[in-house]
Amino acid sequence: METLLIEQTDDSPRIVLDPVDKLFEISGKSLPEDVLDFYQPVLDWLNDYRKEPDSKTIFNIRLIYFNTSSSKMIMDIFLIFEEMVEEGHEVLIKWHSHQKDEDMQEAGKEFEEMIAVPFEHLTYN
Amino acid sequence: MSFTGESKGFINYIYERYTNLRIKDITLVFEGQITHQVMKALTGLVEEQLDEVEDDKVLRRVYHVMVESLQNINRHAESYEYRGHPYPGMGLVLVAKNKERFQVTTGNIVENGHAEEIALFLGKLNSMDQDDLDDLYKKQLREGIVSPKGGAGLGFIDIRRKTGNNLDYSFVKIDKETTFFIFTSTISR
Repeated sequence: METLLIEQTDDSPRIVLDPVDKLFEISGKSLPEDVLDFYQPVLDWLNDYRKEPDSKTIFNIRLIYFNTSSSKMIMDIFLIFEEMVEEGHEVLIKWHSHQKDEDMQEAGKEFEEMIAVPFEHLTYN
Repeated sequence: MSFTGESKGFINYIYERYTNLRIKDITLVFEGQITHQVMKALTGLVEEQLDEVEDDKVLRRVYHVMVESLQNINRHAESYEYRGHPYPGMGLVLVAKNKERFQVTTGNIVENGHAEEIALFLGKLNSMDQDDLDDLYKKQLREGIVSPKGGAGLGFIDIRRKTGNNLDYSFVKIDKETTFFIFTSTISR
């Protein structure tokens, strides 16, 4: 599969989905005007990847802000991972939050409660 | 208040309410078309003004409440007509603070029928405790869909649960079809 790379803007995150270097990451801010338009290529890519994924996929979420419509799209991404887990593949979501950003840490824990995919919560300074 | 005759703009709809508040320290006031670009500019301005001087957590919440409230206007505001001239996506935003709290007030035109739905929903959110709000948010996150307008039905719920404060709302009827909707979120400092 080809790598999907979307560069960061002032209202949308950087996205790297690179199966060669095994790097899967969303970082930055997410409050695009049209979340469906922005996230559809990501969901399409992951739905393709899901058919023949690596034995273990580590997915990094390193967001500094996301609005509520983006949280819905993040949920949709996690639901694809949930299916991958159900299909016998290993997936780990690494949720990165700023040490002082309790709301972001909370959001990670809340997603973890809702999704049957292992989470690892990390903080940075 | 009277809105007949010459239009004085949306600010009049909240002027009386605002002067009754004991909050006088205005961070931002804006009236005009709330496009996505305008939303980004206004939230960026407030972020810049509060950076370094305000607690990070408070700043993040004020920012989030502004994003959600302004995106609501961007997606849902009805066009405002004055002398046969339509003004689409018009809205008002006022961010003010005192020692204890920030208040983010927005105002926009909604259809009368929609006003009733909003009132019911916000009243319901105010009556719910934190656990119920979290459950409702999660339910909507799992089951809701993103509408063609781009919303996920999560904004009001998230503002209510993140701020922990009651949502303040009122309506000023304009004519047979439309109502001015005033919405205030309170962020404790």
